[in-house]
Amino acid sequence: MQNATVKAATYNDTVVRQFAIMAVVWGVVGTLMGVIIASQLVWPELNLGLPYTSFGRLRPLHTNAVIFAFGGCALFATSYYVVQRTCQTRLFSDKLASFTFWGWQAVIVAAAISLPLGYTQGKEYGELEWPIDILIAIVWISYAVVFFGTIGIRKVKHIYVANWFYGAFILAVALLHIVESAAIPAGWFKSYSAYAGVQDAMVQWWYGHNAVGFFLTAGFLGMMYYFVPKQAERPVYSYSLSIVHFWALIFTYMWAGPHHLHYTALPDWTQSLGMVLSLILFAPSWGGMINGIMTLSGAWHKLRTDPILRFLIVSLSFYGMSTFEGPMMAIKTVNALSHYTDWTVGHVHSGALGWVGFISIGSLYFLIPRLFGQKTMYSVKAIEVHFWMATIGVVLYIAALWISGVMEGLMWRAMNADGTLAYTFVESVKAKFPYYFTRALGGFLYMSGLVIMLWNTYKTATNGKPATVEVPAVVAHA
Amino acid sequence: MDIINLLRILFTVLSFVLFIAILVWAWRNRHSAQFKDAQNLPFDQD
Repeated sequence: MQNATVKAATYNDTVVRQFAIMAVVWGVVGTLMGVIIASQLVWPELNLGLPYTSFGRLRPLHTNAVIFAFGGCALFATSYYVVQRTCQTRLFSDKLASFTFWGWQAVIVAAAISLPLGYTQGKEYGELEWPIDILIAIVWISYAVVFFGTIGIRKVKHIYVANWFYGAFILAVALLHIVESAAIPAGWFKSYSAYAGVQDAMVQWWYGHNAVGFFLTAGFLGMMYYFVPKQAERPVYSYSLSIVHFWALIFTYMWAGPHHLHYTALPDWTQSLGMVLSLILFAPSWGGMINGIMTLSGAWHKLRTDPILRFLIVSLSFYGMSTFEGPMMAIKTVNALSHYTDWTVGHVHSGALGWVGFISIGSLYFLIPRLFGQKTMYSVKAIEVHFWMATIGVVLYIAALWISGVMEGLMWRAMNADGTLAYTFVESVKAKFPYYFTRALGGFLYMSGLVIMLWNTYKTATNGKPATVEVPAVVAHA
Repeated sequence: MDIINLLRILFTVLSFVLFIAILVWAWRNRHSAQFKDAQNLPFDQD
């Protein structure tokens, strides 16, 4: 009985530790895959002439590894940590939480095996075949039970805003994944989409853009609303703004998908609607960014000395930059130039490496020492080095793809006086060589930063030991 | 034309009205004390 009371009064940080460490590991693996395929674009021989290592198979492995393995583990780790701290209670179910960890790792391993073997549904960011899709759905529903169950048994009255964002992320991803994955199986490793033609395309980009909106935005905004105030040691700038930010994002994001299908068979009105709602989306995005950055108001000097805070705040500047760029690219006339070019790839990476990567890295640097009973990471200097490698890496990456994207877009549309095309396609490919090289270099720098982080994590974990934190006895006011 | 379309229109319009209501509610001064407490939730731990 005594034991039970003691157990009930501590947080479940075991699952947080597991996910936090795997986030760093998958971060290295995922970006390594990225560096490999970026190098294949520069030196095509690197595909080794094998189907398993060809660009077409490794590219989905890269996207799945960075989004779902690295990003997913970072989201699981931080959401389990934040929901316990802000609800002042232990996770709803230890067993189910542990199942989400092992289940999620099983999904990642299944992806790492099946994608190089060529098993795919051929839907971007939703490539995994139907048996894996079912496993994802089961793990995800368990995640929802653990998360919302914990909120249900909270000891404080108010549900902190970070949990609203995490909750929206969990609910929306469940909905998106199940609708997107609807398919008719034709054997264990083959299936056909339940949708046909333009409906299939629209479902795909409804899913695809909301994967950006809810997986890669709402979840990470949950991180922002907890870890930025914690690291800055001051409460979030405006709580009213955070509520408006939340609902504005929720009401708008779902509509933005059609901007991926400009000038296609999608009805024109749907394209225009997608464009307008994408433009509106600029407002909540910047509202959130301002709320995060202004949290630091009056404590700007901390940026000079605290590399973790620098990761968190620079992530918000990249968030602001890519959520300005995104709506602009959704304008049909701009899209006529940018679509199908490297500009899109550069845009995605300014969001993925700059925003999602930096906020996760900053949050993990906050978490890892605490999870192992340490005050700071083993080497703060190494965080500093990591920060500059990552920043220079992202800037090289996105600047190179801006130039190459705009250049190839202009080359494709250039015409001679007699109306014939001024350039062949292969001429535009050839012209991109120096930019592809710079991009691979930027990616390599970013990955190397994560390798330093992995070493730092290993040192921090082995120097300390898993810490058990008690739930505060006094119930708080809020 | 059909009832489904009407429901879609109603849902969209009501969502918009609801959003405006949330906007007004969130910016009203009277829960500033409550929001102060909420803002400090992450700091209750330590």
